[in-house]
Amino acid sequence: MLSASDLRKGLKVQIDGNPYIVIDFEFSKPGKGQALYRCKMRNMISGNQLVQTYRSNDKFDKPDLEERKMQYLYNQDDEFHFMDTANFEQIFLTREQLGDNINYLIDNMDVEMLFFESQPIDITMPMFVNLDVTKADPWAKGDTSGNDTKPVTVETGYVLQVPPFVEEGDKIQIDTRTGIYVTRVKE
Amino acid sequence: MSSLRSFFAARGFLEVDTPIRQPVIIPERNIEPLRSGDAFLQTSPELSMKRLLAQGCSKIFQICPCFRKNEKGRRHLEEFTMLEWYHSGENYQKLMEDCEHLLRHVLRELSAADALEDAVAPFFPGYDLQKDWEKITVKEAFQRYSPCSLQQSLSDNSFDEILVEYVEPHLGMGSPAFLIDYPLELGSLARAKADNPHVVERFELYLGGVELANGFTELTDEGEQRRRFCQELKEIENSWGPDLVMPERFLFDLGRLQGAAGIALGVDRLLMLALGIDDINDVVTFSPADFF
Repeated sequence: MLSASDLRKGLKVQIDGNPYIVIDFEFSKPGKGQALYRCKMRNMISGNQLVQTYRSNDKFDKPDLEERKMQYLYNQDDEFHFMDTANFEQIFLTREQLGDNINYLIDNMDVEMLFFESQPIDITMPMFVNLDVTKADPWAKGDTSGNDTKPVTVETGYVLQVPPFVEEGDKIQIDTRTGIYVTRVKE
Repeated sequence: MSSLRSFFAARGFLEVDTPIRQPVIIPERNIEPLRSGDAFLQTSPELSMKRLLAQGCSKIFQICPCFRKNEKGRRHLEEFTMLEWYHSGENYQKLMEDCEHLLRHVLRELSAADALEDAVAPFFPGYDLQKDWEKITVKEAFQRYSPCSLQQSLSDNSFDEILVEYVEPHLGMGSPAFLIDYPLELGSLARAKADNPHVVERFELYLGGVELANGFTELTDEGEQRRRFCQELKEIENSWGPDLVMPERFLFDLGRLQGAAGIALGVDRLLMLALGIDDINDVVTFSPADFF
C-alpha cells in the first residue's frame, strides 16, 4: 500500500484498476488546515490525464508492473511475435498496439516491454535503429525549390525524408522517438 | 535576520529563547510533530511563549527552528524558521499593523544594505508594499472567488481544497492582503469576536498567493480551551498521536493571561518573496536534497 505522503513525481499508483504515473505534483497546506496533495497523473494504458487532489489519509495500491527484455521474432498478418529473452516465453502484440514502433521493428531486435498484470502495455525501442534503404529515387538537381531532401523507403516499409546523397542499398540511422533521419551508417 | 531583530528591538520587545524539544505539545490535528526520543520537536514556540506572557512578560519575540512531519513541497520544509511575537493586552488588529510596519522595515533595510553595493535587483519584485493592504473576511473571499459558499464548504468538509484551489491564488496579488475572521472551527486557539461567537479573531497574511503569517487574538478562557483541546486529542488519538496528553500547565497559565495577541511568520517564505524565488528549498543554506 502507498499513502498520499509517498506521492511524488514519477511514482506509479493504481487507481480504479488502471496504472497511473504521477507527472506533476504539488504539496499544499493552508495554515492549520489539512495537507493536500495535488497530482497530475497519466493513465499508462490510455494516456489520458487526470488531475486529482488527495488528503494524507488516502491510500493507493501499487500497480503490478514488470519490465521485461523481449526479442522481436516475426510477424504473421497483424500479429507481431516477441520472445522473452529470459524464459523464452512468446507473446504477440497487434499492429494497433505497436503504433509507430512498427516502422522500426526488424527481426531479432531487442526491446523493453512493460507489463501490467501480465498484459503488455508499453514497448520501449532502442533510441536509434539502423535500417537498409530499399527504395530511393535518384536525385535530380534542380527538381525542388531549395528543399534539399528526398523521400526513401526503408526495409520496414517506412517512408521518410533524407538528404539527397542517400542511395538505395545504404544503411541509415533513424531516431525512434521522432522518426527522423540522423545519419548514414558505413558498415 | 538582523533587520527582523532590529525591528523588534526598536519597539521594546524582548528576544526569548525557549526549548526546541518538549515533552508536551499543543494538540492540533493537522500539525504532526517529529519525535525526538520520548519527546517532540516543537511545531511552534507558541506554548512556551504564552506561558512566558502569563508569567509577566509583555512583549516578546523569538526566531527559531520548527519542525512539522511530512510537510515537504515548494513552500514547505520539515524544518523551517519561524518568527513569533506576542503582545499582552492587545488584539489581532495590532498584529496586522505590526505586519505592515515589519515588511516595510525589512524592505527598507535590505534596500539600504544593497545600495551600498550598487545592486539593482529590487526586493519583493512585483509587489508594492506601500499601498494600502487589503483586509478581506473569509466569508467575503468565498463569496468573491469560490464556486460555493463558506457554509457549504464547511459542511461538506471541502474548506481546505476550495481555499487552496480558488481563493488563495487571488490573495495578496500586487500588494499584501489579510484574510481575516475565520469560522470558529478553524481557530483552535483564537478568541471569538465579541459580536459574533461563530467567528474568531484570526488572520492570515498573504503575499502573491503565499501564506506568510498566521496571527490571532488569544483565547484566554481556560475552560473553553480545554474543551477545544479535548476534541483535537480525540481526533489525534486515532491517527498519529495516541500518546498525546493535555498540556495542563499551559492551560493553567492561560487562565492567568489578561488577554494577548500572537503571530507566527515563516521566515523562509519571507525570504522567498523578498528575493523573488519560487521554491523554498532555494532559500535555505542546505535543503534536504543537498545532503545526498
